[in-house]
Amino acid sequence: MEIIVCIKQVPETTKVQVDPKTGVLIRDGIDTKMNPYDLFALETALRLKEDYGGRVKTITMGPPQAEEIIKESFMMGADEGMIISDRKFAGADVLATAYTLSQGIRKFGDFDLIITGKQTTDGDTAQVGPEIAEYLNIPHIANVLRIMKVGEKDITVEMDMPETIEIAKVKFPCLISVEKDIFEPRLPSYKRKIATQKREIKMICLNDMEDKNEKRYGLTGSPTQVERIFPPDENLDKEIWEGSGEELAEKITDKLKELKFI
Amino acid sequence: MFESCLCNKIYKKIDEKDIKFLNEMLGCERVFTGDNISEDFCHDELNTVRAYPEVLIDVLSTEEISKIMKYACGKDIPVVVRGSGTGLVGSSVPIHGGIMLNMTKMNKILELDFDNLTLTVEPGVLLMEISKFAEDNDLFYPPDPGEISATIGGNISTNAGGMRAVKYGVTRDYVLGLELVLPNGDILEVGGKVVKDSSGYSIQDLVCGSEGTLAIITKAILKLLPLPKKTVSLLVPFPNLEAAIGTVPKIIKAKIIPTAIEFMQREVIIAAEEYLGKKFPDNSADAYLLLTFDGNSKEEIEKDYNSVAEICLQEGAYDAYITDTSERKEAVWSARKTFLEAVKASTTEMDECDVVVPRNKVAEFINFTQGLQDEFKIRIRSFGHAGDGNLHIYILRDDLDEKTWEEKLSSVFNKMYSKAELLGGLVSGEHGIGYAKKEFLSMQYGEAYMNLMLNIKMAFDPKNILNPGKICQG
Repeated sequence: MEIIVCIKQVPETTKVQVDPKTGVLIRDGIDTKMNPYDLFALETALRLKEDYGGRVKTITMGPPQAEEIIKESFMMGADEGMIISDRKFAGADVLATAYTLSQGIRKFGDFDLIITGKQTTDGDTAQVGPEIAEYLNIPHIANVLRIMKVGEKDITVEMDMPETIEIAKVKFPCLISVEKDIFEPRLPSYKRKIATQKREIKMICLNDMEDKNEKRYGLTGSPTQVERIFPPDENLDKEIWEGSGEELAEKITDKLKELKFI
Repeated sequence: MFESCLCNKIYKKIDEKDIKFLNEMLGCERVFTGDNISEDFCHDELNTVRAYPEVLIDVLSTEEISKIMKYACGKDIPVVVRGSGTGLVGSSVPIHGGIMLNMTKMNKILELDFDNLTLTVEPGVLLMEISKFAEDNDLFYPPDPGEISATIGGNISTNAGGMRAVKYGVTRDYVLGLELVLPNGDILEVGGKVVKDSSGYSIQDLVCGSEGTLAIITKAILKLLPLPKKTVSLLVPFPNLEAAIGTVPKIIKAKIIPTAIEFMQREVIIAAEEYLGKKFPDNSADAYLLLTFDGNSKEEIEKDYNSVAEICLQEGAYDAYITDTSERKEAVWSARKTFLEAVKASTTEMDECDVVVPRNKVAEFINFTQGLQDEFKIRIRSFGHAGDGNLHIYILRDDLDEKTWEEKLSSVFNKMYSKAELLGGLVSGEHGIGYAKKEFLSMQYGEAYMNLMLNIKMAFDPKNILNPGKICQG
């Protein structure tokens, strides 16, 4: 089975600064890591490869230094990696990002399955995965909590919906977005780090794409206009209650109802 | 036993007059007696030594502790100090009844001195609060015992060590000064915000590790360090425990000093997985080393962990897994921090041995304890600080009846402590002696050493009212 996993480099910390003039996240000088949700996608792919054979390829869109997370994916067991990088892709919203990734995937060879994480920790939209599938005109399933069965031509998965668990059987090629905790992600291996340190990482830019129309990419290809980005207020309010277990249980239930959490 | 130690003293029982005096001084809402004393206060974490205090007091200030001690001293009432109750040897259990002072309400961080890099705290501040407060200010309080809900007063009283001891030392290395209330009620300040101190006997070093038997700590000045900017851990799987632990002296010899070197076995990892309901990132190997490196740049740390990973591979490790992001650290360390609770949850009762041996003898000692497991047909689990030689070995009761359990436990302990002594080790690395390990301390140290300790105890507490019957007293 040929599996492509979409990954993204995100800030390591949640304490990111916003440039007051441009309203854009300041990414220079801060530590980065692979989007934590993508680790679950990569782990799912690696387990499928272990059980059914094939190869796992990772793809990311970002600046050249995003090669760090491709290398990290090699350290976890991915076989091949690609970076889509061009200044003309800068400022892309979810739609332009999904379009760019779909174009990159077309250049990355045949695949049976694309796996994405649920969302990213810096964007939190959870839209890119399904939009990639729409652009590639393949079926897609989100909220995948469990892989139930992998056949010759299809995959059966369990979807975690708000009120129900739904089971879906979908034909290859397709895309799935997996939930957090579908599997415990493995740690990067030092042995693989040494073995893969010289492995080539493919780098492609706008000129390599099938669609070279600049207007489909970056800020100009983005229908979303971001008015303002700001870190959410930190809420440190707390209440301390004392009492018996029963009293406290009742109190916490009332409070959760009052806050409309339940 | 040393005769003038007053070890067999009969103490005055608390009566209505005493309660009236305490109520008038403190108000009745902070003075508890009889059924109003929660069961929690009659034992510590290990729960093998149990006794209720006759009166429990939530104390709030040095001055009121001084007044209570003056009263108790005059009336011959024993007093025991208690923090979070996370001890493991019964140090804070009031075996003679009397007054228990609950220090957890004296929990203010009093001052952060950026000029001297010191933090002044009340004794009831929790360890997790200190480390978070320091880190929020880009500073670092290195002692890191697994039990982060312990109070700093309790940590100082046992000279707690923890996982970073291999590089940064133990609690005593970070206590610069203390405010103390002596058993007669006198208030004394020892040490201070000074880096050096050659001014006579070091009283704060003596009080540190004295398990509440010499004086009551009411304030502590702690030393802080600049916060290392980055940390990375390596989780290294080995085919067996012998290979894992045998690698540690080679790492030390290579002059690379990780912040922590912990060892763990698959059985304990699986117990932690069941306890947390969460998978550990790897449980395929029989034994693991968990090493942490800290520093100020990624390159500096990478150089160190690459060298250590190579040493481990040469010594037979299957691989070395890199734990570099907050999520990965959480996945590994959250499990490590629950090992004690997880092992406890897997059995009916347990007791522990907290010996410390020279670092190059760790493998030999652990192998010895594995042998005891087979010899006595009893389940023994261990994990601990391979880098500093401090081992935590737990003997589990499971389905054994009371008599068999006690006989086996006693035989296993005798063999373990004798072996540790033979290897040049000591009875306790960080949990203390308290009530539970007294016989092993006197077995190792002999009469002259024990008498010296008793003389020190008597110099601080001539009426023997502060936490009597612990460490060196019969």
